[in-house]
Amino acid sequence: MQGTYEYLVAQLINGITLGTVYGLIAIGYTMVYGVIGMINFAHGDIFMIGSFISLMGFLLLGVLGITWVPLAVLIVLLATMALTPVWGWTIERVAYRPLRSAPRLAPLITAIGMSIFLQNFVQVVQGAKIKPMQPVIHGGFEILRRGNYNVSVSIMQIFIVVLTTILMVGFTLLISRTSLGRAQRACEQDIGMAALLGVNVDRTISLTFVMGSMLASVAGLMFLLNYGVIDFFIGFLAGIKAFTAAVLGGIGSLPGAMLGGILIGLIEALWSGYFSVEYKDVAAFSVLILVLTLRPTGLLGRPHIEKV
Amino acid sequence: MTSASSAIAARPVGAPAYPLNLGAMAKEAGLTAFVVLLLTVAMVGLNLEEVNSDLVVLSRMGDVAVVCAIAFVGRIVLILLREFRFRAALAILVPATIIVVIPLFGRFVTSGQARADLASVMPFHDPIVCWVVLILCLFFMMRAVRGFRRSVSSMTAEDREARADRVGAMVQHAGRYLGPAMLLLAIVFPFANAIPGLGALADRRVLDIAILVLTYVMLGWGLNIVVGLAGLLDLGYVAFYGVGAYSYAILAQSTGLGFWTCLPFAGLVAATAGMLLGFPVLRLRGDYLAIVTLGFGEMVRVILTNWVSFTSGPAGIGNIPRPTFFGLQIVPPAAGVGHNFFTFFGLDYLPITRIVFLYYVILVLAMITNLFTLRIRKLPIGRAWEALREDEVACASLGINPRNTKLTAFAIGAMFAGFAGSFFATRQGFITPESFTFIESAVILAIVVLGGMGSQIGVVIAAIVLIGLPELFRELHQYRMLAFGAAMILIMVWRPRGMLAHREPTLRLHRQTS
Repeated sequence: MQGTYEYLVAQLINGITLGTVYGLIAIGYTMVYGVIGMINFAHGDIFMIGSFISLMGFLLLGVLGITWVPLAVLIVLLATMALTPVWGWTIERVAYRPLRSAPRLAPLITAIGMSIFLQNFVQVVQGAKIKPMQPVIHGGFEILRRGNYNVSVSIMQIFIVVLTTILMVGFTLLISRTSLGRAQRACEQDIGMAALLGVNVDRTISLTFVMGSMLASVAGLMFLLNYGVIDFFIGFLAGIKAFTAAVLGGIGSLPGAMLGGILIGLIEALWSGYFSVEYKDVAAFSVLILVLTLRPTGLLGRPHIEKV
Repeated sequence: MTSASSAIAARPVGAPAYPLNLGAMAKEAGLTAFVVLLLTVAMVGLNLEEVNSDLVVLSRMGDVAVVCAIAFVGRIVLILLREFRFRAALAILVPATIIVVIPLFGRFVTSGQARADLASVMPFHDPIVCWVVLILCLFFMMRAVRGFRRSVSSMTAEDREARADRVGAMVQHAGRYLGPAMLLLAIVFPFANAIPGLGALADRRVLDIAILVLTYVMLGWGLNIVVGLAGLLDLGYVAFYGVGAYSYAILAQSTGLGFWTCLPFAGLVAATAGMLLGFPVLRLRGDYLAIVTLGFGEMVRVILTNWVSFTSGPAGIGNIPRPTFFGLQIVPPAAGVGHNFFTFFGLDYLPITRIVFLYYVILVLAMITNLFTLRIRKLPIGRAWEALREDEVACASLGINPRNTKLTAFAIGAMFAGFAGSFFATRQGFITPESFTFIESAVILAIVVLGGMGSQIGVVIAAIVLIGLPELFRELHQYRMLAFGAAMILIMVWRPRGMLAHREPTLRLHRQTS
């Protein structure tokens, strides 16, 4: 079965679904890195909080009796996109803004501290047990069949890919067309110069965190819908993978983040499908090391020119 | 309360002439409370609880209200302190302290009726909330009283920075005496019980914590070579710790050699692993390096978990031999085994001897790391590391080979992690891959950075604060890591360059005269 073309297609579909989730988280990493040049280690935990809020939303809607799936998903999507970014905003305000002029390692340490804090906070207030959820979106289409092995695309996977595409289009327009996006790009090029030219740097950085958290919260919702099981620790591995994706694509580059995410998703799915599930992380990191050895700035990254 | 505030009010303090804008104050505090409400309304206000194997949501909105109220009042206090209204701030802080202190000590009220009465009038009951509020109240009261004395609301960032630098410089100058004094203290520490009046200070539990702290001190010093001296950000340092632990465990199990024979070998294997990591990352800088080292750490952990035939996987390796004292085993004397530590020296068997011995082993290993670092900083390779950290291009143009220099830094840093790993394995007697997770790397890096990069004593202090203190409060089990994360943030925001940040140039053109 492994040798068939259908098996490959099934793995590709899984990989792309997983990859879009990584890509959405990776955008948050890459944007923050682009503007203030720090790794926001707590970003994976924002994703985790997003999926917790989504789970609460679904359970609350169940209590309220709203069972029509599109409406329920829409309400939960809006709720998590509204509440999760407050965490992103607060993190920046509390842990990163006071250190903006500090040595480079200082915000990295507060970010790691924030990540530990958030994980344990959620563990304390929501318990350490895993939280299962019944599948919300059912159904799918069969696209290929060979013997009794059929390849199907679930509505969930279509939903995830379509939603990601919509978000990406909207987000690209936001960055390229609006004044906020212009301010964001200006800060990315030169924070000091942007401030001199009247860009409100603090506000722009805050909004960068808010936008990144929004995308991460959507990724959290998708993760919950797709896997149906969450706990306080899911942010760690997803965060590391997403950051790997951001670096692979070239950190600071938005299309690079999405490309990197999909690549990491595909590598994981194909490696699990053809070789071994246990070593899929090793495969992902090996590809990262390989790519960085050949292209030290990632696939779509701008080369770092050092002036002497 | 009235007596306290009137006593302070008697001081002549030049209060600002402009009136307080109550509206703006309420708006600012209200905004804070609103943000806190948005933060907590779902994550705290709703509780995911499993009831009859079904996940349900329970409401905890009361807690949200309490947290928002604390945020509102807290913000008002902050504004008052900022606006030089120390008397008004104290007028809020003192009753707030009383409100949280009473339930904390109300637990000692024995009569059930009295306790119920007390509980009904007090707004907060949760002891954790009370303690946190109490600590905050005391902290702000201190600020307010200091503000009264000096008529300044708080020092500016530059003032604090300058003061931190002075403290760092002071400690560094005192290091000549402080270092040996601390070492002496560490040497006599296990015998603290013999000193009258101290009681059982160095009991089994405290010694265990001391061993743990020393292990992290050693790891911190080792990582300091890579991060502090060579300026290479390594987020996967725990990989070498794990490699060292596993190479000792596997070698000892398969060949039956002892700890001291295997120790150099474990260090060598770890150093090789360091070189192996070093090669592909030679061209990378900064954060690219960080993620690759992080990935390397994860890869090592995944391999340790899944290569079951070699590492016995998640089950771990047990029965790792203990270290011997020049071949003498530190075990209870048994008939017909020949000499052990106790029979050789004619001592009575004391179970704690083994722990004290382990303590000295790690103390010696850590001191070797320290001496090595201090000496190598003065050798050409040490100077090359520091030069490389400052400017790679300038370094290369001066004829320093960046590749070899970086590789040596990785290898030597990894070697010390390997030694520490072997010690960890022999101390635990049992290791699993779960001991070598990313969080360990993060903790070691935090120790180096929080202590103040490049400061050897800073590493010791940071290790005591980050590892020792939480271990002492093990009862607060689930809040321990929460406090750990919060401490990392608070210390870093308080001292962005580390607690003892002060770096003397290792080389001066003219000798300083002072």
